[in-house]
Amino acid sequence: MKNTTSNPRFLGAVSAIVWKDLQAELRSRELFSAMLVFSLLIILIFNFALELDIKTRQSVTSGVLWATFAFAGTLGLNRSMAIEKDRGCMDGLLLAPVDRSAIYFGKVISNLAFMLIVEIIVLPVYSVLYNVNLFQPGLLMIILLGSIGYVGVGTLLSAMSVQTRTRDILLPILLFPVVVPVLLAAVKASNGFLEGVELSEILFPINLLITYDIIVIALAFMVFDSVVEE
Amino acid sequence: MITVKKLVKRFGLKTVLRGVDFEVQPGEFVALLGPNGAGKTTFLRILSSLSRPSLGEVKVAGFRLPDEAAAVRARLGVVSHLPLLYGDLSAEENLRFYARMYNISNYELRVTEVLEMVGLDTRRRDLVRTFSRGMQQRLAIGRAVLHNPEVMLFDEPYTGLDQDASSMLDEVLKTVAAKGRTVVMTSHDLARAEDLATRFDILSRGVIAASTTRRQLRRSNLLTFYKEALT
Repeated sequence: MKNTTSNPRFLGAVSAIVWKDLQAELRSRELFSAMLVFSLLIILIFNFALELDIKTRQSVTSGVLWATFAFAGTLGLNRSMAIEKDRGCMDGLLLAPVDRSAIYFGKVISNLAFMLIVEIIVLPVYSVLYNVNLFQPGLLMIILLGSIGYVGVGTLLSAMSVQTRTRDILLPILLFPVVVPVLLAAVKASNGFLEGVELSEILFPINLLITYDIIVIALAFMVFDSVVEE
Repeated sequence: MITVKKLVKRFGLKTVLRGVDFEVQPGEFVALLGPNGAGKTTFLRILSSLSRPSLGEVKVAGFRLPDEAAAVRARLGVVSHLPLLYGDLSAEENLRFYARMYNISNYELRVTEVLEMVGLDTRRRDLVRTFSRGMQQRLAIGRAVLHNPEVMLFDEPYTGLDQDASSMLDEVLKTVAAKGRTVVMTSHDLARAEDLATRFDILSRGVIAASTTRRQLRRSNLLTFYKEALT
């Protein structure tokens, strides 16, 4: 039985990985800029492709938003793990005398931070282009829950796919089928908040998101060691 | 310090190691030599807990692998032909990061000490991606000795280094070995291995085909011994 979360060494390793990722990204801006530019391009393409009236625009908002987050997220997840693999740094992490799930949690937190920063920038741009108010506490909570589930499962799968030669293609192929429940629930719940329906009507997708997040993180905690081992 | 008995490693249907027996005493410097594909890197990956043995017994620093892998990793320093360093971090940031991963207390002092040891204290704030291959390899050794490991594993540390960088690496390796550490190094460079190691094992076709010590070798040279072992 793992006894890690109360272990200061475990928490120290998690924070060291997060700090290292943020520091490296602040210098290179490689991952962040790719995700951001890609997200903005998707929004612009949708904006021009779907010449819709104001009412219809509102109804497609959550779908367009989550499609944008999902595509940009895949780009970030792939790059984040590739940085570890390409210079052998993943071996450096695996050689540290800490529980390997610390590596998973460290990568999840930093990937989530990158995704949330991109989302924070994308939301106002989307609001202006589509003339929709996205700054609602309920919607922001759904974006957070959906992002946690997406990054949780994505980080695990990217640790798997990065070990293959076809990692860029393999990650979306593995990830999108698994993440369908998150995307469906997030779109449904986001739509509910945008249309101002009663909370009780969207309780099911919200509960599904919370359950998915818990299951994915618990599962990844248990299997990450096997996933990264040769 | 290292005990390996009847080690077998299979990748699917391919057997890379076919019953390796290997023992290293504390303070010994063993050069593990052999042709490409002999299984040297696989063997070191198993010793470093990065790969699981298919069969056999492996003990490093008194701890059994893979069951006590974390205890082994705490006592082990590994240098491979890849630097295992982050290009977008400076030399000291890289070492600080690994010091935190190894839970080293008061690591600032240790980071400075290690940077001085590998001769990079004047470049401590420079990004690793601006370093030459030789400098990166010296910093990689610094990273590996940061936590004062009892056992060090070097996997082809001279790969891609020019003559000057190799000579500098020689000096760093001698400093590392002089501290009484147990060292296992794989290499294709017989001259360098002969200069550094106290024992020479030849790994061929997945088994240790021959073994000799520096003292025994005085009668012949390493190249002759190596060629004879492979025939």
